[in-house]
Amino acid sequence: MTATATTPRKRRSGVSGAAPARTAPVRDSGRSFVVVSRVVLVALAILWLIPTVFAVKTSLTENGIAALGAQEILADLSPTLESYVTLLSQGDIWNWYLSSFLTAIVTAVLTLLFASMAAFALSRLTFVGRTLIYLLIIAGLMIPAQVLIVPLFEELRFLQLLNTYWAVILPQVPSVLAVFIFKSFFDGIPKELEEAARVDGAGLWRIYWSVVMPLSRPVTAAVAILTFVWTWNNLLLPLFVLSNPNLMTIPVGLATVQGTFGLRYADIQAGAILAALPVVVLYLFFQRQIVEGVTGSGIKG
Amino acid sequence: MTTTSPTVPRPAGAQAARRPSGGKTRRRTPQAWLFLAPFVIFYLAFMVGPMIWMFVASFFHTSTVESGLGQFAGVENYAEMFAREDFWSALWHTLQFTLYTVPPLVIIAFVMAVLTNRAVRGQWFFRLAFFLPFILPSATISLIWVFIFTPKTGLWSLPATRLGLDVGNGILSDPRTAMIGIAIATIWWTIGFNFVLYLAGLQEIPRELYEAAAVDGATPLQQIWKVTVPLLNRTTGLVILLQIIASLKIFDQVYLMTNGGPGVSTQVALGLITVTAFTDNRIGAASAASVLLFLIILVIAIIQQIVTWASTKREEVS
Repeated sequence: MTATATTPRKRRSGVSGAAPARTAPVRDSGRSFVVVSRVVLVALAILWLIPTVFAVKTSLTENGIAALGAQEILADLSPTLESYVTLLSQGDIWNWYLSSFLTAIVTAVLTLLFASMAAFALSRLTFVGRTLIYLLIIAGLMIPAQVLIVPLFEELRFLQLLNTYWAVILPQVPSVLAVFIFKSFFDGIPKELEEAARVDGAGLWRIYWSVVMPLSRPVTAAVAILTFVWTWNNLLLPLFVLSNPNLMTIPVGLATVQGTFGLRYADIQAGAILAALPVVVLYLFFQRQIVEGVTGSGIKG
Repeated sequence: MTTTSPTVPRPAGAQAARRPSGGKTRRRTPQAWLFLAPFVIFYLAFMVGPMIWMFVASFFHTSTVESGLGQFAGVENYAEMFAREDFWSALWHTLQFTLYTVPPLVIIAFVMAVLTNRAVRGQWFFRLAFFLPFILPSATISLIWVFIFTPKTGLWSLPATRLGLDVGNGILSDPRTAMIGIAIATIWWTIGFNFVLYLAGLQEIPRELYEAAAVDGATPLQQIWKVTVPLLNRTTGLVILLQIIASLKIFDQVYLMTNGGPGVSTQVALGLITVTAFTDNRIGAASAASVLLFLIILVIAIIQQIVTWASTKREEVS
């Protein structure tokens, strides 16, 4: 019974149309639904791919042709890497790449270390002040970091950290979300594993570093990748705390110089793609971790 | 592999494990605080600290030109904000942006997720197409869309002129349409987030429900309307609240695509705050505006926490 109930979806591929359509009107609407939903889905996918594809196409067109208009760009059949060569042969973009990589990697490493240590304490140890810390950290989920840009700027100015990489790194290290992700993972690790280590005389640090962390590789990877992507993509903080063009991260650098590009549309689009390239590559390699991490971040708030 | 073993529940073993350690839970306050210290220090230094300073500075005439908090201002900064027309218009633009983006971001993401979930072939392709824009930097998004919206020659002008729309000086240069342009770019950019949330929700709906509905003669559309939509209510509520919070914090696209213009027609709350702080050098006034924005976001975040908490409670009961 249940097998026949699902046929509207499966029959579409194999059996020829006429017979089932006559036997049941339900089947008929099922069939047309499958067709319509396929068409809608493909249309949406095309619509969603157009901007990216068009940007890539423009970046591979000569600046002279790109300036003529969209029709000319689409009609152009002589792709060139000229814009990429131009951008990569200038020093700026390499400085920006260095900035972005350095800040994103250091932020990810510090976030991982500090968040997992805090989560270990919250998940495994009983101590005075536990409830207080827990409430304080939960409250942090509701603090939108963007709103703190003005006091953060003043603080970094006071600490004389403006125009250093630390100005971008330090404020992004305390990630409440990372603590929660680690804590809920640690809560699922059976306690017997560390009891065994404890019997062998291992201290807390050994249990954290040699027992719990090695078991947490999947969640560690997810937090690392997400922190990297978020730090890489951040605009607000680096925009205001870095004014030295040599130190700018790539999104900030591009946003700052795009005005000087004028009508060099191909160069601008090539820049847009170069800024996104590392995160796109990461996404292609770690699709599952990124999607699961993002979904988890939404569900946990 | 080690990846699956930690999540496997072991009811008997897990409970027994507590006993051998002497039958009591030992307090390890000093060690625990050593583990917490790095995070807590950063948390206090770069979240709690700035927050308290922001509240304090909002009552002073603090500026970037002189050091310290400056002269005490009482509630003057707040009074000024409530009296300023551009403060209200920034809030209005934020609301306008929310109204433009939330319905399409919810409805289209729902359609995408339901259809992708039912697709027999090529699921990976649709996931890629819909989710990829979400991980791109805002700078990339803005450069792509400003170019698409280039007056007369941009890609947007091709369908627009065919549909008989007046392209004029470009959608972003007209005060009446600039926010629509920003909204379109934003919908394209962030829909992937709602899409994956809906996909996760769909995965939890048992297949048998659809099969039972089909046996009762429900068409696929009726199945979606009577089974999928109600069962995804919780996800929809979450998506809407998260979208509203994200809309209140909007800054990047506006700054990069129109910089609040033309005039102040697209200036939003965070834009006004940064201009007041870093162009006008008025940290005190900007702090007051930040506090107000913070309070608005806080109210919605609290509602979100209550909704999430209530729905998990309800689920535990049932």
